[in-house]
Amino acid sequence: MSRVHDMGGRFGDGPVVPEPETEVFHADWHPRALAVTLACGSLGQWNIDTSRHARERLSPKDYAAFSYYEKWTAALADMLVDKGVLTSEELASGHAAGPSSLATRKLASDAVAGVLARGGPADRPAQTDVHFAVGDEVRTRRHAHNAFVDGGHTRLPDYAAGAVGRIVRMHGHHVLPDAAAHGLGEQPEPLYGVAFPASELWARPEHPRDEVLLDLWQSYLEPAT
Amino acid sequence: MRVKALETILTEKGLIDPAALDEIIDTYENRIGPRNGAHVVARAWADPAFRAALLEDATAVVSELGYYGRQGEHMVAVENTDDVHNMVVCTLCSCYPWPLLGIPPGWYKSDAYRARAVREPRKVLADFGVTLPEDTAVRVWDSTAELRYLVIPKRPAGTEGLDEAALMDLVTRDSMIGTGLAITP
Repeated sequence: MSRVHDMGGRFGDGPVVPEPETEVFHADWHPRALAVTLACGSLGQWNIDTSRHARERLSPKDYAAFSYYEKWTAALADMLVDKGVLTSEELASGHAAGPSSLATRKLASDAVAGVLARGGPADRPAQTDVHFAVGDEVRTRRHAHNAFVDGGHTRLPDYAAGAVGRIVRMHGHHVLPDAAAHGLGEQPEPLYGVAFPASELWARPEHPRDEVLLDLWQSYLEPAT
Repeated sequence: MRVKALETILTEKGLIDPAALDEIIDTYENRIGPRNGAHVVARAWADPAFRAALLEDATAVVSELGYYGRQGEHMVAVENTDDVHNMVVCTLCSCYPWPLLGIPPGWYKSDAYRARAVREPRKVLADFGVTLPEDTAVRVWDSTAELRYLVIPKRPAGTEGLDEAALMDLVTRDSMIGTGLAITP
């Protein structure tokens, strides 16, 4: 069921290699890839969930082989073509066939500070009933799947599917990524912080009191009893 | 390079302004980074009322310091104690509190960290040279939604007389992700 990006708990990846705090980018083109991606966001053709989904649907072979910013760039090119902003001919030739009707939305340099400072909050006014309270025991969906689109975007990791945890925080209503990534509207739902004992998730937890905490939408959850 | 080709096409189409790209890069290379988070942590160590407010509503408190923005719209601060050590990961992508810590380090985005942090946090901590006391539990926060987590590391012993600026120097980026501890002077 799980897709290539959903790697929590996986074995075989080797050591984590620390690096100094002063190292922000690792190649000259990395900051450019970041900036082009952020600037294209201002064209208003997708949301954060669409762009996460675009990275996740790279082929497993590409996803595993690409570096972080290679994934960003490949997903950006895919989205620009999917939304009709660029044509695959333009991409292949390396030059524009003509101006774009979206040029009026171009991010100007004097607008950058404001756009980055405003961000894109995901909370929304309450629209549905809140089913759970802090302290409630809940069980996650048996399969970490998108209920609208087979193989679609979801934020329930496979390692936490079908697991019992307890609600520890209420975050209000947030945009549902499973819907927003697929053009199905925002469908805001209550979002909860849920704590799972490590022993519920792993065959050999490191410590009896360890926990893993996830932020999960109401439709991912059912009462545990 | 592929991104260079994309930039050329998009500029020719009038969709991006290279000066805006320079501005974005300058922001994350020079203006927004882990010193923002260190400022918040040092103040939390020095000021009990600030600490309490930060634990209650981190978004409001860091906004007042000017640290609101993209990828930091919904902040939660979690505090390390003798009993609990907090660690932050995003197993599904690489979500990270940009306005407080800047662009995530390479290891935070690596497959190894994303795969292992939730299942064997102590072994990951060992890769950073960190060993926890046996009776300390680990809470790993997997950033699956738009909430972003800041770890408040334990204040090192022997720092009682230090002011906020001196305390800031003890707060490393990794200590605010939970893969490191604050520096003991």
